[in-house]
Amino acid sequence: MALDVRLINFITQELAQGIAKRLARLTLVLLCVALVSFGLMMASPIDPIDAYLGPQMAQVSPEQRELIAQRWGFDAPPVVQFSHWLRQLLSGDLGWSHVYNQPVSEVIGQRFQRSIALLGGAWLLSALLGFSLGVVAGAKEGSTLDKIISTYAYITASTPAFWLAILAVLLFSVFLGWTPTCCAGPTGILSQQVSLAQRLHHLVLPIATLALLGIANITLHTRHRMLEFMRSEVATHAFAQGASRLDVAWRHGIRHACLPAMTLAFASLGELFGGSILIEQVFAYPGLGQATVAAGLRSDIPLLLGIALFTALFVSIGNLMADSLYGVIDPRIKLGDL
Amino acid sequence: MIRHQPRLRALLSAGITLLLIMGLIASQWLLGDTPQQMQFDARLAPPSLAHWFGTDALGRELWARTLAGLSISFWVGCLAALLSTLIALSLAALAALSRRLDALVSLLIDTLLSVPHLILLMLIAFALGGGTQAVIIAVAATHWPSLARVLRAELLHLRQAPYVRISRALGKSRWFVLHSHLLPHLLPHCLIGALLLFPHAILHEAALTFLGFGLSPSQPAVGVLLAEAMRYLTGGYWWLGVFPGLGLLIMVLCFARLGSNLRRAL
Repeated sequence: MALDVRLINFITQELAQGIAKRLARLTLVLLCVALVSFGLMMASPIDPIDAYLGPQMAQVSPEQRELIAQRWGFDAPPVVQFSHWLRQLLSGDLGWSHVYNQPVSEVIGQRFQRSIALLGGAWLLSALLGFSLGVVAGAKEGSTLDKIISTYAYITASTPAFWLAILAVLLFSVFLGWTPTCCAGPTGILSQQVSLAQRLHHLVLPIATLALLGIANITLHTRHRMLEFMRSEVATHAFAQGASRLDVAWRHGIRHACLPAMTLAFASLGELFGGSILIEQVFAYPGLGQATVAAGLRSDIPLLLGIALFTALFVSIGNLMADSLYGVIDPRIKLGDL
Repeated sequence: MIRHQPRLRALLSAGITLLLIMGLIASQWLLGDTPQQMQFDARLAPPSLAHWFGTDALGRELWARTLAGLSISFWVGCLAALLSTLIALSLAALAALSRRLDALVSLLIDTLLSVPHLILLMLIAFALGGGTQAVIIAVAATHWPSLARVLRAELLHLRQAPYVRISRALGKSRWFVLHSHLLPHLLPHCLIGALLLFPHAILHEAALTFLGFGLSPSQPAVGVLLAEAMRYLTGGYWWLGVFPGLGLLIMVLCFARLGSNLRRAL
């Protein structure tokens, strides 16, 4: 009894230490992201006052410019500007987006709500389909099915995401007319009145395209793991005992391959988000990706910085989940390694 | 036959890729200014014998524009992959020199990997004000981490090799060991790393240009062609969207296969 208690204490302590270490690293990395992206914005040749003024640029005298610079603190040295920005950031104020005329945090919140349906759907679909295709292909190396699946995966791994989206629009929206060509709902209807069915109708094609691209990576990785396993001594032993290929793949192979696949799925969130920027652009889907492009093209620096930090947090949490899952699913992995 | 001979496969794909590159370079000479020539009597003409890939809204030949776009992509990709490999190699060498630098480099890698590639690319292209140079630098600056990790691991492993330890014991300096023992060993890794980076570099260049952050719209880059095609999609002018992307896919596929075949052969 006493031993059990001590063991549990030991494990929780190790776990807490591991998590604390991870969180410290996460904070440090996020701070670095803030520093790097702020530095990049400072280096930009685009004048923040011009970007703020927009078309009214010509009507403003040099004296007024100076006043604006003073008001926004552009005349202070970069270090002071950075510490000021960081202090505001910590108090939850991400600044004001002049493109959307809203606080940055509100823009990100609203846009992310729309993007999460796209991202989540594509993520689940690509993880599940990618894993099963990889298992099927890897279970029997060199079979016709394996050849078809690997060729498909190799080709989609080299396909430009936005081109695939263009093809999808051409085929399904323009020629077949099955799905709408743009936006998150029918035009001319307020976003609150769009029904769930309409919403899904607009989401089907973007999700399918994004998932189709994400599948390749997970499939190739899982296939590789399965091949590795089918050649291992464990598999040979099982075959010698008379187990069929299906049996070995189903009972042993899947367990061997599922952990790396899951890690990869969580670790590929950045790639997924990058893909969603392109796909939202092609389908004119008003999500976070489209806001990113608008912020960049129209020099909305606070929004761009906010999105960079937000996505870094999103990706880092994905990586953290990937690492933590390892310990949960496979208890052989030491907790201290978390 | 070929499938069991990795060297032959690598040679074959190297041959195909070389042919592709030579074709692209030759086309640059032969085309002249065909990609920019407008024919107002043949605007938005569908593919036919006279216009192989069809023409765009200004009557420019799409096949010529696609070829020109692919050679731009090729050069941008080449430079970016080369620069990226150089960054990876030097940072891996730095990381292998001391513990403190190692921690710094791995923090940098973690930082870059935690921002989605495309957003980082946009930030860098934004900071440099766009244009060809900005794209090359942005792509080079974002693609080195994975290769740097491989090279760093290889270096740390090599440092314990007997011949390196003997060399050190004989009183050779760190720099001597690095450039006369370790670097020659790393070069094949670098070559394959650069080749594997190349497809990513091209795809990201095209994506960045497509979004409007990259090459200027006056150049016939693949990203520009596809961004133009977006405006005519609903009109059913399918050739504008299909052919440039198909060309890009074929080029990327060639290089990706060459990279993985070479890695298997060596």
